[in-house]
Amino acid sequence: MCGIIGVIDRRRQLMDGTKIKEALASMNERGSGEGAGYVAYGIYPEYKEYYALHVFFDHIREHKVPLEDLLEKWGTIVHDEQIKTCEQPNLRKVHTPWRYFFRPDPTLMPKSTTPEEDIITHLVMKVNSERNGALIFSSGKNLGVFKAAGWPEDVANFYRIQDYKGYLWLAHNRYPTNTAGWWGGAHPFNLLDWSVVHNGEITSYGTNRRYIESFGYKCTMYTDTEVVAYLVDLLVRKHGLSEKIAVRAFAPPFWEDIDRMPAKEQELNRAIRLTYGSAMMNGPFAICIANENTLVGFTDRIKLRPLVVGESGDRLFISSEEAAIRRVDKDVGNIFMPKAGEPVIGRLYA
Amino acid sequence: MSIGSTPLKFRVTIDPERCMNCGRCVENCSYGVFRKEGDSIRINSRNCAACHRCIAFCPRDAIEIEEQPGDYRSHPVWTREVREAIFNQARTGRIILSGMGNAKPYPIIFDQLVLDACQVTNPSIDPLREPMELRTYLGKKPASLSLRPLPDGEVELRTKLTPNLQIETPIMIGHMSYGAISLNAQTALAKAVSRIGTFMGTGEGGLHESLYPYQDHMIVQVASGRFGVDINYLERGAAIEIKIGQGAKPGIGGHLPGDKVCTDISCTRMIPEGSDAISPAPHHDIYSIEDLKQLVRSLKEATEWKKPVFVKIAAVHNSAAIAAGIARSGADAVVVDGFRGGSGATPRVFRDHVGIPVEAAVASVDAKLRDQGIRNEVSIIASGGIRESADVAKIICLGADAVYIGTSALVAMGCRVCGTCYKGTCAWGIATQKPELVQRLDPETNAVQVENLIHGWTLELAELMGAAGINSIESLRGNRDRLRGYMLDEGLLEVLDVKTVGA
Repeated sequence: MCGIIGVIDRRRQLMDGTKIKEALASMNERGSGEGAGYVAYGIYPEYKEYYALHVFFDHIREHKVPLEDLLEKWGTIVHDEQIKTCEQPNLRKVHTPWRYFFRPDPTLMPKSTTPEEDIITHLVMKVNSERNGALIFSSGKNLGVFKAAGWPEDVANFYRIQDYKGYLWLAHNRYPTNTAGWWGGAHPFNLLDWSVVHNGEITSYGTNRRYIESFGYKCTMYTDTEVVAYLVDLLVRKHGLSEKIAVRAFAPPFWEDIDRMPAKEQELNRAIRLTYGSAMMNGPFAICIANENTLVGFTDRIKLRPLVVGESGDRLFISSEEAAIRRVDKDVGNIFMPKAGEPVIGRLYA
Repeated sequence: MSIGSTPLKFRVTIDPERCMNCGRCVENCSYGVFRKEGDSIRINSRNCAACHRCIAFCPRDAIEIEEQPGDYRSHPVWTREVREAIFNQARTGRIILSGMGNAKPYPIIFDQLVLDACQVTNPSIDPLREPMELRTYLGKKPASLSLRPLPDGEVELRTKLTPNLQIETPIMIGHMSYGAISLNAQTALAKAVSRIGTFMGTGEGGLHESLYPYQDHMIVQVASGRFGVDINYLERGAAIEIKIGQGAKPGIGGHLPGDKVCTDISCTRMIPEGSDAISPAPHHDIYSIEDLKQLVRSLKEATEWKKPVFVKIAAVHNSAAIAAGIARSGADAVVVDGFRGGSGATPRVFRDHVGIPVEAAVASVDAKLRDQGIRNEVSIIASGGIRESADVAKIICLGADAVYIGTSALVAMGCRVCGTCYKGTCAWGIATQKPELVQRLDPETNAVQVENLIHGWTLELAELMGAAGINSIESLRGNRDRLRGYMLDEGLLEVLDVKTVGA
């Protein structure tokens, strides 16, 4: 099951987390109280130059120093602090969430054309695969993921989500199946600028994982959703495809449709399927992905999971349920259900 | 006579109550088991190959073939096979010939792998209601795409794709030459593949004129003897395959005895009538990987870069590294032929003892290519011991793009896997060039049977995919998460990168 919601304000007007919390909690029928999470873009304007690393520590005394030693090897910690939390009766605090504002040293990755991003990716993969009592679960600029094992309202209250103001939000209410409800397994999943929430089960996970791991990514969260974040990073950041084309690779048209397209279009779509066959995602899913200026929602090719879109002024909503969107804005208009595999893309006004 | 007579392999009996003396067994047996003497039929069981042609044509079910009616004194080490091989070689001083694929009772990895299905958390997909895509493209794929945005919001493709073979099911028929099998058998296969929308290999026997109508579904082979190879042949094929090795006989060449080289075969192979057709063990112009690269490029140059070039190797210990070399040679696909792959004639010692199973070979080839970031450079075609649709699904999960079948297709034409192909007297008209035997095989009827087989497997494959919640074969390929090993040892689980059942 799982419930998802995403909203972007195309004029960058900030929204605090109150309504998103309510919207997510309205989909508690879709969750099991074992995982919920939020990501908000635009929340760290004073540190927007730096990568905001959110880390779960198992034990501050034991695991914090080794992580900081590693970070210092690759750049400078500009500022760090414990993420403010507020104990909740129904949420067991098994990790201590911490945030670092970090500036990587690009000269340390001389061969790369995107050295800063590559350093961050390397650090995330290394720390998360070594599992040494620290887990980096958010690594973009001017954005932050807040997640834990619990009901949406408890997780929101735990992080005081109402204190954060962002122009783009994603949120997820989890009903875990594949892996236990641990904090790292809650959504959103994030890498650099990319965040993903996902309802469903990716039956092509094994294929996607083998593909993405051959590009140096490591799947460490025991759940299928993280591959989506890495695939987006690969196709969009590294291969330079647009979000629209990336979604086409993830949920491509059927061959029988491609065969009926005009020659040029046919050639393009065939090339996408041939090149990115291993990146194609199968099984039931509805996915929202975001970066600093875009919100994208799409489903699997035969739409085995719901996805509803609504618009209200500058705001575009994408969610599992219309009811959830109406909790944020009861007058939302232009509600529609996108076709299977077709992306809905909301961008900031230039 | 110091060795004397050995116990019978088979005893053939005719139930006199049932027999009506019609003589069909006498007509059908090509091994000389039956002869008519007056009103009765005499039997020489010693000639029997257990090809079951007599049983199949006896209208009264009167014939019975008993395997090993009398045996040697039992011994766990000195088995019947071992003793008979020694007798054979003590008499002849020769290499022992055999047919078909590996006949040692090695455990079969396929049978210790199980597939996955969806329950509750995700729905299985019903192929009767939803599209199910098995279409596969064989050949080089770009590692990434270069697209240029156009003013109208569309994009222009700037990457040029190289030729790929398009197949509607990931099942093709492997290379069995005219010579190894009869022209009627090849014709039946050719009709079947062209109706299904898949491909077959010509083997190293050239392409007979009568098969030109099916050339768009033929993969022409260039092997070490270069039989039948000229520009006409290369241009007719849909793809070209360089054969380096074969699973049934890794490391050695081939030999078609002169008595099989009739006029037709001599023309197709472009060799003198009655001469032995000997394919050397190595290609005499390939002594290293860079030589292979030259041959790949030469063949592409000759055919104006319009056709994919495949390279076939026998599955051996170092297949993964070899395949990585092939991927860098400009080849478009690598064919990995496991040690259960069949052969018309192969030294028994090679058939049974050299090479590795295709399951392990494909798993390690796929892993190595991904590890080196060159998986898109080549497709992987698995062959050698693919017996049913489940094997196809499993080998695709392990990383193959498609399979070649050989023996299974022959069985669909009546072959009983008696393993006596090398004698050239196949009673089913498959592995023989004797006109009276060849004419027993009707190309049309057998084409339908082969077509049925591939169609049936394709339907089963679609059902297996649907049950696993997958509607496109790309998502099955390399999806080892959907496999589990049942009673496989830890080392093999690691090679296959598969978890154990229950995990």
